[in-house]
Amino acid sequence: MQKDLIAQSEKIGSLKQAPFISEEGDAFAAQLKKHKINQEEYKVLKTIVGRSPTLPELGVFSAMWSEHCSYKSSKIHLRKLPTEGPEVVVGPGENAGVVRLSGKLCIAFKMESHNHPSYIEPYQGAATGVGGILRDVFCMGARPVANLNSLRFGERTHPKTHYLFENVVKGVGDYGNCVGIPTVAGTVSFDKTYNGNILVNAMTCGTIHEDKIFKGYASGIHNLVVYVGSATGRDGIHGASMASDSFSSAQSGERSTVQVGDPFAEKLLLEATLEVLERGLVVGLQDMGAAGLTSSSFEMADRAGNGLYLNLDYVPARAQAMTAYELLLSESQERMLMCVEPSKWEALQECLKRWQLPFAIIGLVTEGGRMHIVKDGVLEVDVPVGPLAEQAPRYERPYEYLEKNYSDDETFRSTLAEIPFTDLLGKALDDTGFKTTIYKQYDHHIGNKTILGPKEEGAGLLWMKSDWANKGDEYIGLAVSTSCNERYCAQDPYTGAAQAVLKNYRSIVATGAKPLAVTDCLNYGNPEDPAVMGEIVAGIDGIGAACRALETPVVSGNVSLYNTTDGVSIAPTPMIGMVGKHPDVRNAVPAILKEKASIYWLKPKASKGSFGGSLAAKLLNASTTEHVPKLNFEAEKEAATTIQNLVQNKKIVAARDIGAGGMALSLQKMLLSKGFGGKFQLPGTTGPRDQNVIAFAEHSASYLIASKEPLDLDLTHLECHKLGEALAGQSEMSLGLATWPLADVTLRSKESLTI
Amino acid sequence: MNYEVIVELKPEVLDTQGRAIKEALNRLGHEGLKSVKVQRRFVLEIADGVKDPAALVNQLAAEHLANSVAETFTAKRL
Amino acid sequence: MTSSTQNAIGLVQFPGSNCDADCIEAFKRLFQIDLHLIWHEEHEIPAHIQGLILPGGFSYGDYLRSGALAAFSPIMQSVKKFAERGGAVLGICNGFQVLCESKLLPGTLLKNVQRKFVCEMTSLSVTSEGKSPWHKALAGKSYRVPIAHGEGNYYIDQAGLKKLQSQGQILFQYSDDKGQASATSNPNGTLLNIAGIVSENGRVMGMMPHPERASSELLGSDDGAAILKVFMDTALKA
Repeated sequence: MQKDLIAQSEKIGSLKQAPFISEEGDAFAAQLKKHKINQEEYKVLKTIVGRSPTLPELGVFSAMWSEHCSYKSSKIHLRKLPTEGPEVVVGPGENAGVVRLSGKLCIAFKMESHNHPSYIEPYQGAATGVGGILRDVFCMGARPVANLNSLRFGERTHPKTHYLFENVVKGVGDYGNCVGIPTVAGTVSFDKTYNGNILVNAMTCGTIHEDKIFKGYASGIHNLVVYVGSATGRDGIHGASMASDSFSSAQSGERSTVQVGDPFAEKLLLEATLEVLERGLVVGLQDMGAAGLTSSSFEMADRAGNGLYLNLDYVPARAQAMTAYELLLSESQERMLMCVEPSKWEALQECLKRWQLPFAIIGLVTEGGRMHIVKDGVLEVDVPVGPLAEQAPRYERPYEYLEKNYSDDETFRSTLAEIPFTDLLGKALDDTGFKTTIYKQYDHHIGNKTILGPKEEGAGLLWMKSDWANKGDEYIGLAVSTSCNERYCAQDPYTGAAQAVLKNYRSIVATGAKPLAVTDCLNYGNPEDPAVMGEIVAGIDGIGAACRALETPVVSGNVSLYNTTDGVSIAPTPMIGMVGKHPDVRNAVPAILKEKASIYWLKPKASKGSFGGSLAAKLLNASTTEHVPKLNFEAEKEAATTIQNLVQNKKIVAARDIGAGGMALSLQKMLLSKGFGGKFQLPGTTGPRDQNVIAFAEHSASYLIASKEPLDLDLTHLECHKLGEALAGQSEMSLGLATWPLADVTLRSKESLTI
Repeated sequence: MNYEVIVELKPEVLDTQGRAIKEALNRLGHEGLKSVKVQRRFVLEIADGVKDPAALVNQLAAEHLANSVAETFTAKRL
Repeated sequence: MTSSTQNAIGLVQFPGSNCDADCIEAFKRLFQIDLHLIWHEEHEIPAHIQGLILPGGFSYGDYLRSGALAAFSPIMQSVKKFAERGGAVLGICNGFQVLCESKLLPGTLLKNVQRKFVCEMTSLSVTSEGKSPWHKALAGKSYRVPIAHGEGNYYIDQAGLKKLQSQGQILFQYSDDKGQASATSNPNGTLLNIAGIVSENGRVMGMMPHPERASSELLGSDDGAAILKVFMDTALKA
């Protein structure tokens, strides 16, 4: 096979050349538009290729220079993010980031979006989103141990929401459940900003030995390029980017189809990949994700500075009469490209057969750094590998960022004060919901590691017993969280993005863990709109500021732009995923109360809270001039140290960060799941006028903690108020001046999220 | 030679999928719909040389494609 | 542990098994024994094996019915012979489905009545009629063990059910706090709240809940350890 391929690769000069695209008329303009290549970019393309491109070449450039693969609008801003730290082992640029947990035990993790496919076909879109992020993690040699997901849907009353919600949740669940990865935490919300653009962001964490992190290259001239996994169909080829004249009429019914996930194939690919890497059977390995065979082959060749010869006749195809264009750009799922030395080909074959995976040699590594792709004896692609990546467009898109003036909004506060407290609390519970109906569909304890799962309502916590960890770390834990408050980001894109980092920081801190590092998934609208570009720049700056202050570097990420329907962009949603290290999971505390205890409220000194982007403003359907909770990193860090110490000294039995809906909603949720009630004070109230304001205002660095013994904390930036005693067997609960029967709330919790 | 095998739940076993579809369609206002039964259809292509293809199809259906505890099947040549 | 005990429990791995690692980990942590792994393509159960575990997962992707494709794999023919010789077999979740599809246990597991995957902690009571070693060792207590499945709705026809009851083959039922198998404690529509059954000779046991996950207080419950222990004792006392 190798000899034959060498002979083929040496005879490229004598092959028939595929036709170049015509550069005339409207058809040409339409062609470029479909491929999202502008005139300037086309000029660069021609200097790289040295002539007019073939259609497959145009497709290759279109894919490699797409926003998704090249980050052309965001890269110059992403460079400003902090990416280094003592525990960072692999930073951005690889398939996933890696941080050290203990000794040689490291965590590879990343988050990715699958927004558009999930809106088109929610079940398969969500499922294949999970599949894609799993492959990013395991193709580095890491074994996935936890999945998380961040979901954003339109209003509950929107006609499409029910269908999208049910199917996305089922898709996420079925895929992860079948592969056998627990889904341990997540976030969901419903807002009209997502009526036409839902968000499905999936995150995976995997364990890996520090010395065995795989970064594959297509190195070694004449090493074999092997296609592994499911056969290629016309799945996910971007319909709009295809020239209509490249189809015959008979094929036109078979255009791009929905990507279909096969979790069983993924499980086989996972086990085979980890075995292949463990045994050192390959020199290169890359997931065929976005832009399929194109991106995987170019990336693998580019890293080694080599070229490749690929013969597409050998690619296992599922559909008939597939063109070079289609084979190169298909996004069929559960596929890998591997590069193997001939001496290890036998062993590799044995392994792939045992895992029942289809495979085929489709080419080899060549000298000279050019990509030669042949089909049916025709030279379809002949381009240099390096320049295609190096000269990818980078845009400093114009942006405008209008600093808004924020002020205390007395009108809003008086409106709020007039609404009955229990009405507000009820609406808040309905809006944020109880996630039981979602997480019951996710296997959250497979893997025998889940200490805190979705039922505990805070960050996920996994027990990472491992021979690779330091001695004495047998009860070390991995805390994981994902969140973003889109209302804060809509009100203030900079502070909102920083608050997204902080929200995760607090969730992780509340278990007793120490936050380590961040992955992000930046969901925004159209970057060609200067106002949206301004949101992106502000968001990245906000994330950067928070990550620097908290010493949680950003080690991986993903950008999803053009979340726009009918010219309307979504609210900025820089979704953050965070991992942390728990020193001893035996001491970890949940975010829900499981035994009777005194409840304390921890918040920054003299913090009055605010209502910009608050849940209260959403429930009143009111706009407000107020700012979102102000950043206060000193208070955040003091709160973190305080809670970490309390947890390690076993002084508290539960801790919950206070987010949307303020202290009142957090308190209710903390007590409700195990049926606790009681009488609680509302510190600072002077009468009915400030009952709602104090109860529902939102703060930075704010937590509820539950203790069985009196707490006497020595605090500099924070204040701590005892609210009261949580007791079992209560029929009522009261906060400040308001009293309400618990039965109503319990009923609401059962009915919520059955939209 | 193609054979068709249709597998469905026995009448006494609750068809939860069928019931859910029926209820959803009823909710959409199609009140005339009385029930929905979900079946699975397999098309088996049998090689020419096989001696008794119908018997093979029946055997495959009875032993593998349907679970006799809860399902029944019908098989016919296409 | 003697060396014979070390290797006496086998675990069958199908390509889509995904609870195998949890079983291996739990047996190591709880009993300090290594499970002997048997790949699905093997044809023989080694002679020294005294007990076999079929773990949870999606054996061959479960695209026909859960457990159906696995039931006809080469190794299952050997598992059948092993069981017929009186060997002890424990099928968990997908393993239970495989045992039913292989006819080593009666009945079958249908889709959950709510047509959704369900993952939650359940409480299991042990029926009082049975005489199997399982019943004897576990009776009188309830066990908190989690479930995670889409097809755990046990079904058998009336005649079959009568036989199960009269022979004391029902082992576990999903129960409420008071140990009653009530409608509200039924997570998936399963007949009579059945969560686990045993074979006529009492040596083959299948259950939908995952005892290997309920193997430490830290993981939410350690009640599964007792169930795994009975399996070990049953297997090794043969």
